[in-house]
Amino acid sequence: MKYFTRLRVRRVYEWRGKPLSFNRKLKTYEYGSLAISVEGLPRVTVIKIGQHILIEGEDEDNPYVAKVIRLFGDDSGKQKKAVVQWFVRVFEVPPSKLKLLGREPHPQEIFYYQGRSCDDEVDAGSILQPVQVTHLEAAAPFPDSGDADALYVKLSWDSKTFKAAERPRAESEPAPAPSPPRRPRPSLPPSPPRSPPAAALAPRGPARRALPTPDLTVMRRAAQGEARCSRATMSAGRPRAAEAESLHSTTKLSASKCLSAKRRNASARTPGVRKKLELSNPEKNLMVGEDVLGQLLDDELQSEGMVAVGRLSASPPEDLSLTPLRRSREAAGSPGNFSLKPSVIVLQKLPVSDRTSPPSSARATTPSRKKDRDTLKEPALGVLAEVDNEISPMLPVAATPRGSKRKSAQLVSSRIRKQLNLLENLQDLNSDEEDEEEFVPSKKELQSSEEEEEEEEEEEDGEEEEAGLDSDDDVVYKKGRRAAAGSRTPRPKQRIRSSTRTPQRTPNKKITPGTPRTPHRATPSIPSRSLPARQPANVLEEARTRLHVSSVPESLPCREQEFQDIYSFVESKIEDGTGGCMYISGVPGTGKTATVQEVMRCLQHAADVDEIPSFHFIEINGMKMTDPHQAYVQILQKLTGQKATADHAAALLEKRFSNPAPRKETTVLLVDELDLLWTRKQNVMYNLFDWPTRRHARLVVLTIANTMDLPERIMINRVASRLGLTRMSFQPYSFKQLQQIIMSRLNKVKAFEEDALQLVSRKVAALSGDARRCLDICRRATEICEHSASDPSATGLVGMGHVMEALNEMFSSAYITAIKCASLQEQLFLRAVIAEFRRLGLEEATFQQVFVQHQALCRVEGLQPVSVSEGLAVCQRLGGCRLLLLEPSRLGVLQRVRLNVSQDDVLYALKAD
Amino acid sequence: MSKRKLQHAHLPAGECVSQLQELLRQRLCHQQLPDRPEGLEAQHKHLLELLKRTSVHGESNSVLIVGPRGAGKTMLLKCVLRDLQEEKEAEKNLLQVHLNGLLQTDDRIALKEITRQLHLENVVGDKVFGSFAENLTFLLEALKKGDRSSSRPVLFVLDEFDLFAAHKNQTLLYNLLDVSQSAQAPVAVVGVTCRLDVLELLEKRVKSRFSHRQIHLLSSPTFAEYLGRVRTRLGLPDHFPDGRFAADWNASVETLCEDKSVEEVLRRHFNSSKDFRSLHMLLMLCLSRVTVAKPCIRPADLLEASRLSFADAKANMLHGLSILELCLIIAMKHLNEVYEGEPFNLQMVHNEFKKFLQRKSNSMYNFEQPVILKAFEHLQQLEMIRPVDSSSAKTQREYQLMRLMLDHSQIMEALQKYPQCPTEVKQWAMSVFG
Repeated sequence: MKYFTRLRVRRVYEWRGKPLSFNRKLKTYEYGSLAISVEGLPRVTVIKIGQHILIEGEDEDNPYVAKVIRLFGDDSGKQKKAVVQWFVRVFEVPPSKLKLLGREPHPQEIFYYQGRSCDDEVDAGSILQPVQVTHLEAAAPFPDSGDADALYVKLSWDSKTFKAAERPRAESEPAPAPSPPRRPRPSLPPSPPRSPPAAALAPRGPARRALPTPDLTVMRRAAQGEARCSRATMSAGRPRAAEAESLHSTTKLSASKCLSAKRRNASARTPGVRKKLELSNPEKNLMVGEDVLGQLLDDELQSEGMVAVGRLSASPPEDLSLTPLRRSREAAGSPGNFSLKPSVIVLQKLPVSDRTSPPSSARATTPSRKKDRDTLKEPALGVLAEVDNEISPMLPVAATPRGSKRKSAQLVSSRIRKQLNLLENLQDLNSDEEDEEEFVPSKKELQSSEEEEEEEEEEEDGEEEEAGLDSDDDVVYKKGRRAAAGSRTPRPKQRIRSSTRTPQRTPNKKITPGTPRTPHRATPSIPSRSLPARQPANVLEEARTRLHVSSVPESLPCREQEFQDIYSFVESKIEDGTGGCMYISGVPGTGKTATVQEVMRCLQHAADVDEIPSFHFIEINGMKMTDPHQAYVQILQKLTGQKATADHAAALLEKRFSNPAPRKETTVLLVDELDLLWTRKQNVMYNLFDWPTRRHARLVVLTIANTMDLPERIMINRVASRLGLTRMSFQPYSFKQLQQIIMSRLNKVKAFEEDALQLVSRKVAALSGDARRCLDICRRATEICEHSASDPSATGLVGMGHVMEALNEMFSSAYITAIKCASLQEQLFLRAVIAEFRRLGLEEATFQQVFVQHQALCRVEGLQPVSVSEGLAVCQRLGGCRLLLLEPSRLGVLQRVRLNVSQDDVLYALKAD
Repeated sequence: MSKRKLQHAHLPAGECVSQLQELLRQRLCHQQLPDRPEGLEAQHKHLLELLKRTSVHGESNSVLIVGPRGAGKTMLLKCVLRDLQEEKEAEKNLLQVHLNGLLQTDDRIALKEITRQLHLENVVGDKVFGSFAENLTFLLEALKKGDRSSSRPVLFVLDEFDLFAAHKNQTLLYNLLDVSQSAQAPVAVVGVTCRLDVLELLEKRVKSRFSHRQIHLLSSPTFAEYLGRVRTRLGLPDHFPDGRFAADWNASVETLCEDKSVEEVLRRHFNSSKDFRSLHMLLMLCLSRVTVAKPCIRPADLLEASRLSFADAKANMLHGLSILELCLIIAMKHLNEVYEGEPFNLQMVHNEFKKFLQRKSNSMYNFEQPVILKAFEHLQQLEMIRPVDSSSAKTQREYQLMRLMLDHSQIMEALQKYPQCPTEVKQWAMSVFG
């Protein structure tokens, strides 16, 4: 579903205008702007240098954010590239590092990225759309705007620490403040001449924006921060142009709305004006005034403040008190919860409907207001109040552009309502939260009603995509997909929002109401114990704890060489940003997985202290999946947290690793128990080894299996060839190494006699060289020692005797004991079996034949001969223990009998008896 | 009897007998655990210590209890768990998951059962689980989240452990044992099996993760111990309501065990098998013959019970056959002797039978071919004979090759007891040359 819609929205990228310059060396042309158009639609979105953009990433709900620094392409025009400055979203920062922030990150917060592990050159084809990014002072609060897609920058992130985002001027120099749509659309074509009502609504934007944050001082501080950012962006000519435009809009504000809108449309249509207007980010422009005015309040804010104070009977203190309340609610994880919020969103969406020539919004007018603020104030206030009222959730209809005709009639009543609304807000916070549910539909209504016919098509495109995503998710849920561990905060929020919209736009994809789509991201856990676990009390217990295989040792002795090899291999790949495969083999219990994980821990540490670029480590285990194709699902889920079916996941991963996706960290993939990923066509293995060879994949695959010749044995040539020849073999531990391992684990806890340790390690080395075995034997020996501690001669140390006992327990075969313990008839039957074998000269006989021998033996022993049923029962008992191997018992007397033990063992056991 | 009844009027004899029956039946039907496992003290201690460490210290462990059927593996485990529950620390902490290889025949079912028994499904509402793959990740995720010191230890009991080894890739075993060998939620994996070669069933990676602790229940009690066990199984405890009745009963049990014929019967049982279960079967048969009129076990009861339990099932079935069918069986026996166990078909049997009829035509009626065929099919249904596997269904029924599923001794034994067996038939059966 996702794909389908994705593919439908095919974007066409073209340069706008002549190349600015030509780089002879690289044969590239530099361009000033890039036009994005959607196939089949006449509109074009223009991306300019300095604009903030969204770039396609693996998570389709949360594309990457970046700022365009340079746009260039080659002669042929085929290659279009952009050099960008990256921003990191909150969820892209590792959760462990988020703690460094010292506060809850704002969901819309992004960080200026200063790390160096990301390629800053991206394919222009991955640019989705412009986005609005606001720079805030570190101390300033986040504006309480309801715009879910506006992003805020406060800090920079260099993959280690957060710093205040001081943007160097030089960098922002070529970046004229763009005014992108605040709500990202997959396709944002430039709008045709706007309809008057839409324009009439435009001025409401700023007022609305300011309304929820009446704390003026805070706001001003934020504004200052922004102003600083944008100051440099104002080129000499531009302010005047903006002023000219803003004059229009100020008059517009004071004059009748329809008229002004027309006028503004006219101005917007003139290319010259528009071009300049495009450069002006409404918010930034908004703050320019302050730059000049110094301590004076920003006009917008002030006018808003005035509204709050003057028009509404709500006094400023009340307004102020609103802010923390709202913020606290927002912090509780529900942005967009307060009652005013829906209307806020509406307002900010309104510009969207007539977006694409972004300057249109009333914010563009702000710079000029410093001149005639006095004159401006009154009309502005009027408008503001009205707007506020109309958009208050109680009057959703009034918010539609067409509703503007009725505005004057509703003015009075709406004011009262607005007042009531505010009061409600203040007094009844609890009910507020309940209200929000009612408001959401109203928001929907607003949205749908505000749409213009001409917009509808394009809207639908975008919506469909969203709906596509959405219903895809839905399908996934219906299949009973359970959410994984990684709960990504931004996503559920978006989903909820889009889901509320979907039914409106695409009725065919309607979600049945009443099925709450709570994301099942909760993973269960074993309940925690009511009583704390007891700590080891004595030396033996301490030793036992340390010797448990699960305890992570401080270091991995005896694998230094292997460690070094793997470390340098992975490190070099990470540093080069290339990919590669490595095959690690060794019998079980030789430390393969432990070594790789140790390497990863060290590399992670190195990445933390900035010695190497950061990377992403994921791990899958062939044994921990039910089907080889689940490997795709697990990889995808660990990479991005997405859930998908195996086929879908394979396609997504294929796309991820083959496309020159921007800002990609190296991924290190550990595939444990590789042999279980074998399929008949071997496509899982093929893909795993093929991805690293892709140019843009940046994937390092470490594979682990037991057999050294696995590639030759089970892989077809093209797979084995891709795996390459980087092989490593873990030899079984020698007795000295095993001894060293135990010693290092014990770490000076004196629990074993020297000889005892040597015995264990020699024995294990001779048998398998499996370190797990060695540790288990030692552990058992401590138990035996503990039990025999009452013996006064005991030294308290684990001695030879204890170790011998443990070894006997674990390694001695039980067959002989079992034969010794068998009943007389069972022993006789075994003798009969051997006798019959000797008679036949074969190692197999039917029960009937053996039974004859058995009867004879019974007579020899002076026992009463047994019946056939009894004989069969004896035979079955021996077969149950697997002393005998039998055919299915329904064959009765015809079943064939074989010995599962050597005849010598049986004779030995019987003789000793 | 009436005298005794008068002497101990405080409980009527009927009441006493029914109480006795109830008590002993509970004991013999494995409903009641013994106070301590007899002859398994060392194993009991070992297992108890091990599970205690898991529940108290949070140490992960894995262990196999291996022993022949009827050796008391489950009893031992239940005793240990009962004793463990008495410890306060363990009782509150330990979560138990019981799986049986005969019930959870594949990993998918096993995973669902684990999730159900751990009450993990509550976390995700009443939603029924999705695919197998999700179940696995779900469970692994849950176990991975735990750690040694904070989460409750989980005891996994895998009954018929060997059957789990037959699951595809041994995924469940690998994961359980892997958890037990890594720093995740503490688990104790206890496998119960009767196969001595169970370790060889494990895949090498799974085997490496198993701690190789095996508790073998291979005790070999002597006959004296066996007798002692019979006494304790039958003996009434002191707290039996009617003390007098209990004393009388215990005395009767004592005299029973000293009886020569009883000892002989018990020795035969002992020689045949040492496990408790067959002994319990025998004693149950005796116990069911205890009535108000005869409130004790007589040696004759035991002999009768022994006769029942040693009876040959196939020979008993032969008693129910018609003369014709018996004749066919005898014909087959002769064919087997002549051709040394080679398979035969209906025609051969019929010919053999006809030869017999020609010799002794006076006493037997020559049956039609269809009647013979019907009798033959009946024998096949009773699994007295079975077709040779290799012969395909294409061949006509008369010519399908068959094998006799009876031993000659069984046929002879049946003939001895067959009611009103014609003498000719008996002689024919005994004769060497058909």
